[in-house]
Amino acid sequence: MQVKVLFFANLRERLGTGAEEVDLPDSASTVAGLRTHLMRRGGAWSDVLADMKVVRVAVNQDMAAAANAPLNHGDEIAFFPPVTGG
Amino acid sequence: MKISVQQEDFDLGREVLDIRQDNRIGAVASFVGQVRDVAMTLEHYPGMTENAIKKIVEEARLRWKILDFTVIHRYGDLRPNDQIVLVAVASSHRADAFAACQFIMDYLKTGAPFWKKEHHPEGARWVDARESDDEAAERWRKLKQASRLLKP
Repeated sequence: MQVKVLFFANLRERLGTGAEEVDLPDSASTVAGLRTHLMRRGGAWSDVLADMKVVRVAVNQDMAAAANAPLNHGDEIAFFPPVTGG
Repeated sequence: MKISVQQEDFDLGREVLDIRQDNRIGAVASFVGQVRDVAMTLEHYPGMTENAIKKIVEEARLRWKILDFTVIHRYGDLRPNDQIVLVAVASSHRADAFAACQFIMDYLKTGAPFWKKEHHPEGARWVDARESDDEAAERWRKLKQASRLLKP
């Protein structure tokens, strides 16, 4: 299953990428599963995504998504820090 | 009824003129946020940003009588004194206009995907989210719960 993963602000800078297509095994097809999948890459990935208190997630542009919500092929998942607009 | 996420500056007078045409309108409240002393770059999540602002305004329209509104939020490179954000609300009476304007602004701070990076002489750094911003948004949730409890 392929999903589109986006990173913003300091996450984008620390990971060195803003967007990528990720091949996700069916066994990992939740937000939590995707996060663990990415953290297995090690290095900055495990550091940056470890602290979920400072990492927010949106699924298909909705911030209310739960960690165990199932993901589907083609979904857009974004990881970013708490927002600071206004 | 305008929501715009844009790089360009805006003109408060023109924006207010645009939303006060209806003769049921007796009050327009507006808020402008601007950059203080440090230049910054504002990043956002194209697509989601507009939708998030739309949801915030929809919630405000459930609570107060809003006859027209404009929300503009800029992104990109901004210098001290540059305007960042405009919220303007037109209503029949001032109470609705004031409250809805503050509500939309408070929720923009916590619910719209923008991130500020400040450019200090010693280097650039991302601005941390402020707890007081969460508290300002939380206050509205509590007010709504309280008003529900008070209804017979």
